[in-house]
Amino acid sequence: MKTIVIVGVLSASVALQSSLLGLRVGGNLAVNLVLVAVVFLGLLYGPVTGMLAGTVGGLAQDTIAGGIIGIGGLSKTLVGFLVGVLGAQFNLTSTVPRLVMFVAATFAHELMFALLHAIVDRKAIALKLSVTLVQALVNGLVGVAAFLVVEKGPEAAQRRRSSRASFSKRRY
Amino acid sequence: MLDIHKRTGYLFLGVMLAQVILVSAQVQTKSGTRALQAVMFELFSRVEAGTASMVRGSRDVWGNYFALRGVRAENETLRRQLGELEVKFQQEHALAVRSGQLQALLELKTKSELPTLSALVIAGNPDPQMRTVTIDRGSSDGVQADMAVIAPGGIVGRIIAPVGRRASRVQLLVDSTAAAGALIERTRAGGLVVGLDANPPLRMDMVSNLADVKPGDSVVASGIDGIYPKGYAIGKVEKSERGGGLYLAITVRPGVDFSSLEEVLVVLVPATPAVKEEPAK
Repeated sequence: MKTIVIVGVLSASVALQSSLLGLRVGGNLAVNLVLVAVVFLGLLYGPVTGMLAGTVGGLAQDTIAGGIIGIGGLSKTLVGFLVGVLGAQFNLTSTVPRLVMFVAATFAHELMFALLHAIVDRKAIALKLSVTLVQALVNGLVGVAAFLVVEKGPEAAQRRRSSRASFSKRRY
Repeated sequence: MLDIHKRTGYLFLGVMLAQVILVSAQVQTKSGTRALQAVMFELFSRVEAGTASMVRGSRDVWGNYFALRGVRAENETLRRQLGELEVKFQQEHALAVRSGQLQALLELKTKSELPTLSALVIAGNPDPQMRTVTIDRGSSDGVQADMAVIAPGGIVGRIIAPVGRRASRVQLLVDSTAAAGALIERTRAGGLVVGLDANPPLRMDMVSNLADVKPGDSVVASGIDGIYPKGYAIGKVEKSERGGGLYLAITVRPGVDFSSLEEVLVVLVPATPAVKEEPAK
């Protein structure tokens, strides 16, 4: 079940990132769904899953991007691992710490990504703070929303079902 | 417990090391298409094409239910026709400008229209540093690397390797590593248009400080790169100032809206490099 969830989340994030949001090439991308998925899985399942999800998601993203395969993989592996370690060490079950984690993970990822690109391309580091900040916040909101859906969704559905059942009993 | 931590650490180091080796191997590669990249691109392009058609399909179903069906279809047809006419207009305009200058010197040669192939944009690029899109035409449709890609608004970019059988990747002109030979249509001042990560996303380099360039001037392809057809629109000059050195600092607003690319045309004319590489002796 866990493997299916991991594969499903990663596949969906990669497909959505390239098919829907990738079309916004004129401006900068405002969200990195693959990174959100990696952080989400790291927080949910721990460092090993976070690391492996980062490797697979990053390499898939690199392959589609057509650049050097491994740069995104390296960045996301590191971020997935660190998020998993921190998630296991600290209590990150409420909304605000999770939001902070998504924002920090985005900054760490973008910094590492830009650093690796700078090393490989032999250029200066190109990291736009405002763009990264926007992406970090959007990533945070998407990630927190994903947690809310996963955690509160079944409960809410159950409540709705039971209220409907009691309503129908009263009526007939 | 310690054993688990150790194993995790070793696994982490192993994965990181493998990827460092992977990156190093690619950086050391001199040129040409990487086999791994070509195979993976072929596979992913199928997935992307499937996802894009699903997204398009569901969007169409939604639209057809809630919009006026006939008007929508008619609008689509008219938009397509308008796009085709704009491309034709570009071609005619380019030919007219060129012929006006050459007529006095040369006998006019009848030029046939450029052969083009329409293509749908099926995916963008998840990496914000690489401005590319994937289109649903590949080598089986006659598409080759370095062919120009245009849209009604002007030049979009060029096909880059690897070219899949049924899909290919287009490097947009606004990519920071893209460039095109260009000239100011009014004064014929030549230069080089390069993409950059800014607003507007194009800059025209190598135009002498002495050249007459004003905001609003049309920038067209010079054809000197052997990729983009001469006379095709690139954009309009937004700002032209004296540069620090010998050249003007010119920013160009592209004619194409790169944020909403859906349909493009591939110019089915192979690139003719200005400098041919000599085979190694």
